[in-house]
Amino acid sequence: MFHRESGVFKTSYAADMALYPLPIAKWAVAALAGLFIVIVPLALDEYYVSILDLILIAIVGALGLNILVGYTGQISIGHGAFMSVGAYTAANLVVHLGAPFWVTIPAGGLMAALVGAVVGIPSLRIKGIYLAIATLAAQLIIEWTINHVPAISGGVQASIQVPRPSLFGTPLESQTQLYLFLMAFAVLAIVGTSNLARSRVGRAFIAVRDQDIAAEIIGISIFRYKLWAFAISSFYAGVTGVLYTYYLGIANYEQFQITVSIDYLAMIIIGGLGSVLGSIFGAAFVTLLPIVTRWFLESFGAFIFSQADLANIIPNLRLILFGSLIIFFLVVEPEGLNRLWRNVRNYFRVWPFSY
Amino acid sequence: MPGIEWQFTLVLLTNGVMIGLMYALIALGFVLIYKATDAINFAQGEFVMFAGFIAAGASDLAGAPFWVAALLSVAGMVVLGFGLERVVLRPLIGRPVIAVVMATIGLAAVLRGGATLAFGGGTRAIVMPVGDDPIELGPVMLPPVQLIGAMVSIAFLAAFSWFFLKSRIGIAMRAVADSQQVAMAMGIDVRRYFALAWAMAGVVSALGGIVWGTMLGVDNQLALVGLKVFPVVILGGLDSILGAVVGGLIVGVVENLAAGYLDPYLGGGTKDFAPYFLMIAALMLRPEGIFGRRRIERV
Repeated sequence: MFHRESGVFKTSYAADMALYPLPIAKWAVAALAGLFIVIVPLALDEYYVSILDLILIAIVGALGLNILVGYTGQISIGHGAFMSVGAYTAANLVVHLGAPFWVTIPAGGLMAALVGAVVGIPSLRIKGIYLAIATLAAQLIIEWTINHVPAISGGVQASIQVPRPSLFGTPLESQTQLYLFLMAFAVLAIVGTSNLARSRVGRAFIAVRDQDIAAEIIGISIFRYKLWAFAISSFYAGVTGVLYTYYLGIANYEQFQITVSIDYLAMIIIGGLGSVLGSIFGAAFVTLLPIVTRWFLESFGAFIFSQADLANIIPNLRLILFGSLIIFFLVVEPEGLNRLWRNVRNYFRVWPFSY
Repeated sequence: MPGIEWQFTLVLLTNGVMIGLMYALIALGFVLIYKATDAINFAQGEFVMFAGFIAAGASDLAGAPFWVAALLSVAGMVVLGFGLERVVLRPLIGRPVIAVVMATIGLAAVLRGGATLAFGGGTRAIVMPVGDDPIELGPVMLPPVQLIGAMVSIAFLAAFSWFFLKSRIGIAMRAVADSQQVAMAMGIDVRRYFALAWAMAGVVSALGGIVWGTMLGVDNQLALVGLKVFPVVILGGLDSILGAVVGGLIVGVVENLAAGYLDPYLGGGTKDFAPYFLMIAALMLRPEGIFGRRRIERV
């Protein structure tokens, strides 16, 4: 039951597509679930759980962006704006109608999906850099619209207070409760994306990415699947926006500016394009990077620099690290952390008798 | 009163033309790289900012006179352009568009962080040895800095147009852009021209940085002018120098008119929004821009 295969022995497509290629995979998933659902919330301090909350939120968004960029091969620099669409939809529903989370989350996702599909329409006419620039324009226009229409933004400062979601009548006050709540959505997103990638739709996405003309010739409607990719991906983004709004307790467009779009692109590039596991790695990595940088410099930098210098160094060093990592992964390991993980795993597959 | 209204429009138009020419200068750096290497530089704004920081840093910290600071900035940007092409862009040749886009976005982050780390977060000034007194032309007042910026733009745009049309290197660059394989077969060292294109973009960015830095002051906000490059180049055409000028003028004039006439109704910020709106329309109707070369390609 705990064995691993020593090579590739798959003889059918069904075996190749299986979610659990070997019994051990089920055990590994069960062990991870036990670790993250039972042990982590019991053992960790509130502060660390709140960091994990951020990672869970980022996982949902990164998976969504990866569907669009990694699987379908389209570019979006406007995902931050799609998140803000979800966030403000939910915030308005909560404030005006007192809607519970099981209304606001799908509603935020659907609204973002609608906006995303509209933004995706140009992708039928343009591609590559033109699409990148068009989505960048969408980001700026959506930001401006939210900021200037009081009916959406709730007036001054464009921010709306949103109370924590409540489950069975009790609001989720502590970080640990919120952690379990967010975990449910992250798991849903992970399972959903894994299954999407194995389905007819997912294979159509990959076909569009690899060779769009060939895809059309074998009967895939490029029009339909590009729009689907934009819609599904923006749905994830909308949900991410709602979850983040619940986490912060406030909907504010400044939390979803272009830097956020870039952060998410960095996640999937560092993690690995077109890979579920990669999205998770990337989300964790990019979320932790500024926190670890800050922690490291605050603990050890104080010996060398003054406090005033540190205040200047920390955010800038974070930017430099962030940019260099993107470049490093693009140049050296385009398949990202996921590839590194596979390399390690393949090394140990037949270890110690690797000949 | 129609008389005042007419003057107001004239002021907006003149300002728009001046600013538009200065946008064209920055867009030129972008066009040069796209024309020669087919790469999109999302870090153009940061290039401009970095150049501004070098010039401002040289005159602030070392007390260098303006001309020395300007030369230092140009030299620094040439070195930076060569270096980046070698380390970052060359390994990405032949990779998907998103790789190059993300690499330049990463580059933008590094440059922004690096510049603020090296030169501090405060705003620095570049002082051009020209007076501050505005030059009056009828009802319009022009700051000399803007006038010089516009003149530098025109000079460089003319020079680069000539360069690409007539000079041997310019023709080789166009050949490389057209088809790298054929260019190689004709004995052109493609990599050399890639590096040269980035270095030339560095020179243009340095001039842009000095001009814009004099006008706005140098801090990391200066990089935001880079966001205006996209409407300019999309409107004008990504691979056309003339397009950069025309696009720059359109964006400059439109944003000034929008700020003058729409801001009272829409509540501010129209200046940043209007060019992008125009750009979306251009992308839907004529993605190759006004002067861009049409590429027939199935999408």
